[in-house]
Amino acid sequence: MNLLDPQGPVAAANSTILVDSVFIMLVIVVPTIFAILAFAFWFRASNPKARYQPEFVYSGRVEMVVWSIPALTVILLGGVAWIGSHQLDPAAPVPGTGSPVRIHAVSLDWKWLFIYPDQRIATVNTLTVPAGAELNFQLTSSSVMNTFFIPQLGSMIYTMNGMVTKLNLRADNEGKLQGMSAHFSGDGFPDMMFDVNVISPLAFPEWVAATAKTDAVLNADSYKRLMQQGIEKGRPVYRLDDPQLFDLISTLHIPPGPGPELASEAGRSHSGGHDAR
Amino acid sequence: MLGKLDWSAIPFDQPIPLVAGAVVLVAILCVLAWVVVKGHLPYLWREWITSVDHKRIGVMYILLASVMLLRGGSDAVMMRIQQAVAYQSQGYLPPEHYNQIFSAHGTIMIFFVAMPFVIGLMNLIVPLQLGVRDVAFPTLNSVGFWLTATGALLVNVSLVVGEFARTGWLAFPPLSELSYSPGVGVDYYAWSLQISGVGTLVAGINLVTTVLKLRTRGMNYLRMPMFCWTTLASNLLIVAAFPILTATLAMLLLDRYLGFHFFTNEAGGNVMMFMNLIWAWGHPEVYILVLPAFGIFSEVVSTFSGKALFGYRSMVLATMAICVISFMVWLHHFFTMGAGPDVNAIFGIASMIIAVPTGVKIYNWLFTMYGGRIRFATPMLWSVGFMVTFIIGGLTGVLVAVPPADFMLHNSMFLVAHFHNVIIGGVLFGAFAGFEYWFPKAFGFRLDERWGKAAFWFTFLGFYVTFMPLYIVGMLGMTRRMQHYDVAAWRPWMIIAAFGMAVLTIGVICQIMQLVVSIRDREALRDRTGDPWDGRSLEWATWSPPPVFNFAFNPDVRGEDAYWEMKAHARQQSFAHEEREYEDIEMPRNSPTGFVCAFFATIMGFALIWHIWWMVILGGIGAFATFVVFAWRDHDEYVIPAEEVARIDRVNIEERRSLVSMAGSV
Repeated sequence: MNLLDPQGPVAAANSTILVDSVFIMLVIVVPTIFAILAFAFWFRASNPKARYQPEFVYSGRVEMVVWSIPALTVILLGGVAWIGSHQLDPAAPVPGTGSPVRIHAVSLDWKWLFIYPDQRIATVNTLTVPAGAELNFQLTSSSVMNTFFIPQLGSMIYTMNGMVTKLNLRADNEGKLQGMSAHFSGDGFPDMMFDVNVISPLAFPEWVAATAKTDAVLNADSYKRLMQQGIEKGRPVYRLDDPQLFDLISTLHIPPGPGPELASEAGRSHSGGHDAR
Repeated sequence: MLGKLDWSAIPFDQPIPLVAGAVVLVAILCVLAWVVVKGHLPYLWREWITSVDHKRIGVMYILLASVMLLRGGSDAVMMRIQQAVAYQSQGYLPPEHYNQIFSAHGTIMIFFVAMPFVIGLMNLIVPLQLGVRDVAFPTLNSVGFWLTATGALLVNVSLVVGEFARTGWLAFPPLSELSYSPGVGVDYYAWSLQISGVGTLVAGINLVTTVLKLRTRGMNYLRMPMFCWTTLASNLLIVAAFPILTATLAMLLLDRYLGFHFFTNEAGGNVMMFMNLIWAWGHPEVYILVLPAFGIFSEVVSTFSGKALFGYRSMVLATMAICVISFMVWLHHFFTMGAGPDVNAIFGIASMIIAVPTGVKIYNWLFTMYGGRIRFATPMLWSVGFMVTFIIGGLTGVLVAVPPADFMLHNSMFLVAHFHNVIIGGVLFGAFAGFEYWFPKAFGFRLDERWGKAAFWFTFLGFYVTFMPLYIVGMLGMTRRMQHYDVAAWRPWMIIAAFGMAVLTIGVICQIMQLVVSIRDREALRDRTGDPWDGRSLEWATWSPPPVFNFAFNPDVRGEDAYWEMKAHARQQSFAHEEREYEDIEMPRNSPTGFVCAFFATIMGFALIWHIWWMVILGGIGAFATFVVFAWRDHDEYVIPAEEVARIDRVNIEERRSLVSMAGSV
């Protein structure tokens, strides 16, 4: 998950800006730290060679320089920030080979649901994407706020209930990556890590076809069961019943996920049912 | 009868909070018993609890901060151990406990350590530096302190009665809304901050008024010591920003208590509004904390370099620039919320602009040292340590102000390392520098240098060993607030960080040992001159500890570094001391208003948390009645007769004369 080992163009650009900014600042920071230590050491009271200049308390030239150094650095970095913000806007397109893959991501308590509306499938806690294609994410949350983040693909973005955020990414190399939620969301938060399988564009349709054979169906009802608070250890996959499901979630036609109290009540009635049997 | 409160509120099944709570309770009871048995209670009541003396209140603020530092520090130790062991396992803290700990750690460290520490130092020193006898509103000052203490008390009560918030220190909705946090944790959080927030606002109003309206003769704005300037800037920010916090939390509480929908998912609530509001307070807040620290470093570097502060006017300008710009950058806390590139870029650049005046300050301290004659007493060590550390924190801060970089680093351990870098390296080092520097002024004896230096080196190195690994693990993608993790690459760094925490703990122990040893050796360390460091500003012109009226005569200020000028003047005149006519001094009477008010506020806060409505009314009426009684008071001042002032002052002058003549004969 090393940020300096990017696996896509967005992460590569992000980390380039990150590294460049650090170096721009180090040019100023290293000499300054050195000067602090050097001045502090040389002008120590026990050094007879240091000249005591109690009257040196103002110098227009020095003031000029000390305001200019940080100002110039900031002007330079401000340029980096302005250009970078526009080029790397999460919603900006990231052209890739082949047709873009649309993915609707929903953060649930405490798992990730990935809906592929065009492929009519959905997965939980695992994201499978073809290498090289543009990935158009639309994201929302079933309940509390989370942040969708695949470190080696770059740019994270919040997921919020009743709202849709947009993020475009691209994975360049086949392999296994990891994603996570980067915004604390409650007790199951650390278990919101998910697998990212980047597979070849040729294998992707095969994977879709294989996944679509599953018996589990995702519709409003099964979604409501899925959004109950809990940790998902498995990697369930679904056939998508209703391609509009994401819109129903993000427009609150399906109400937000219940919190702990409701969930535990549901659990109680559930276990009560077991006892009766 | 007791609302939601019943026996299930006490976590009998969780040994850690229960044992910790019991130990603290026993300690408190022992101290109380000792105080009562020894007959110190009347003294404490008369001289401290009801005191409206700004110096006493300052000391009590710092005491509160120190105790809370131990509590917040224990939380930190527990978190570091948890993250060191919780690799592919649950560690020793279950999520519901771990989540409370990091929420309490942040809340306590900001609101009940950093805030009272800097407010305490400002209270203690600013009136002395301005050459005045008291703050503008002495009784209000006492109210402010005791309300802060109420907040701290409620947070700690949550350890054993109920639970604390499990939402992080800013309690973002919708997680903090009733549907996702049905327990009392968020209520403890919100009511503690509401009550202590009033205290902070009151302290801010008091200090702003003091600086603006109470200065001794000749103390123009541009002759004020730097610490007074940063105090002014910081308290202006308090007055402007804390009402935002209060309003934001009030809206959250309305959601939770009365079913409003400010920040809920349903019925048009908007969580993004909360993010904006809380950070519109939250970003100025970090400058509220760090500006006074900048002031402390300015005083310390100048004093121990034996030079006036380099570029004083430039420093004033930089301080006020930071004060203003800090209100224009809040959005950088959520670049990743999906705002457009123009918005992100503008706030990113505005955030970087703050680095300019901050950088100027660093360079001005640097040039204050240039040509100086630097004595490396403990306060100066903290200051040099600060300069080096804070630059690194500034670098990473500007880095996360670049939106594309923040898209990778937002909420990561890198960010955690960054803000600890500036808050520990800036605020805490500053608080410690101020503590070492002004301790002799407050208590009349210096602190032991050997233990002080040991404390510095352990804290300084411990800081690096703890937080540099967090930078690295943040670059490895680790996000904050993880109760456990399965990524092997993170593990070694978490273990190193836990080791660093141990070093930091040794630093804290040294700090405590320093206090113990210094109290033991106080006769040898006694400061008889009132000016142990060869100081430059007026707090050193009076003796240590200062009398209740601070100065027998209001000092006349003839330039910057008022006391330095006086000393130079006196040397030329070979201490030709003209006998002056002493006058009666009027001082404000002590008042239990603050303590009683806070007592009722505590009852009211606790009752609100547990929905015990009759008790809420009781507390509310009590607090209001206290205020009414105070407002109807007849006598609010007492007179110290001129003979008494003369007697106290002459003793001090004799002592100083004898010291000077001794020095002269050597």
